Amino acid sequence: MQSIDSMREILTLVSKEFRSEWRQKYALNGMILYLASTIFVCYMSFSLKTGTIHALSWNALFWIIILFTAVNSVAKSFIQEADGRMLYYYSLVKPESIILSKIIYYSLLMMGLSLIGLFFYSMVMGNPVNDLAMFLLTIVLASFGLATALTMLSGIASKASNSSTLIAVLSFPVIIPMLLLIIRCSKNALDGIERSVYTDQLLTLIAINAIVVAVSYLLFPYLWRS
Amino acid sequence: MKKKWWKVLCIVLLIYSILGALLFDAPRLAILNETIRNLHFHVTMWFAMIILLVTSTIYAIKYLRSNRIDHDTLSAEFANAGVLFGILGIVTGAIWANFTWGEPWSGDAKQNSSAIALLIYLAYLVLRNSLEDQQQKARVSAIYNVFAFAALIPLLFILPRMTDSSLHPGNGGNPGFNAYDLDSRLRMVFYPAILGWTLLGVWLVSLRVRIKRIKMALED
Repeated sequence: MQSIDSMREILTLVSKEFRSEWRQKYALNGMILYLASTIFVCYMSFSLKTGTIHALSWNALFWIIILFTAVNSVAKSFIQEADGRMLYYYSLVKPESIILSKIIYYSLLMMGLSLIGLFFYSMVMGNPVNDLAMFLLTIVLASFGLATALTMLSGIASKASNSSTLIAVLSFPVIIPMLLLIIRCSKNALDGIERSVYTDQLLTLIAINAIVVAVSYLLFPYLWRS
Repeated sequence: MKKKWWKVLCIVLLIYSILGALLFDAPRLAILNETIRNLHFHVTMWFAMIILLVTSTIYAIKYLRSNRIDHDTLSAEFANAGVLFGILGIVTGAIWANFTWGEPWSGDAKQNSSAIALLIYLAYLVLRNSLEDQQQKARVSAIYNVFAFAALIPLLFILPRMTDSSLHPGNGGNPGFNAYDLDSRLRMVFYPAILGWTLLGVWLVSLRVRIKRIKMALED
């Protein structure tokens, strides 16, 4: 019974996140516009015609754009929550449900944003991806991992006074191992090499995601109490 | 006197390992030549760093379970000492690399990972300084400590082994030290040196913790 209850709690919280996002559309529109203008800035500063960028730089640039979008959009998950509202949740639901619902919601948001990003990006910069299915799989795993790590870290940073600087300082070194694996996987998908060659890299990425989820799940109740 | 024995042991071990590292007979190997003696400084300092950082994380978990501010002080100081040994390890490694690989920083997978690991712990120290309230500082930084440690494990122990371009022994087809050249002559200095540096780290921590305790007592 208890697990069903907490499932329902998580579902309610996720739908609440969606609804509150939908009500203040400016935030969502702002994120998409941020993504589009960053991509356009990259396009203009490389001043290239479609398809002339090297595949290696294409890949690295794409993930840097996604990383910054993720930091900017997920960072608000705790920082922008009003104090009073957090206290209200505290009296209603379990902390585990809060963190899991935030992870689910921001993973979905990041997947949407990275797909929109990929669309814009390949429109202006060309699309050299050979194995699109694996590239999309990498995007899904990457969105999940980045969203999870950043949700927890924004929870940590929201406790401090200068939280917007702190989120970058705290998250970049923690995210780098994940990002390295993501870039390596997506480069392989880009080149379209035999899938069995890099399945162990994908598995490692999944394992790192699992570690981050597990650690967040265990630690969040302590963060919540303060 | 009862509590002093390990400090004496630390000094004896360090004198022994420094003299031993510089004077004992070392195996003659191509490229490495006499620089193999740096093994007793560079690698042992990394071992000490790992031990100190693990202890820091253990105290962070202990703090979360007990809420005793003393555990937080210990956790923070162990992290400080770990960062000190990490910097020493990077510097000694860069000196060694300069002689064997031709340049102090060659973008080797393990060099990059260790630089990132230092960034993580420097971020931890920044986080500590940016929180005002003592209980909150202790709690939030303990949480970050555990979280960062979980990210550190793949960074230091898994990812470097997956690349095939590392210059370090034991990676990407290079045989580990154990395979052929960490012979018993080196072991005689290597293990005492690890213990010596770790004890030195613990000594540093205990001094700084005592200073902090006195400061806290004075404030109360």
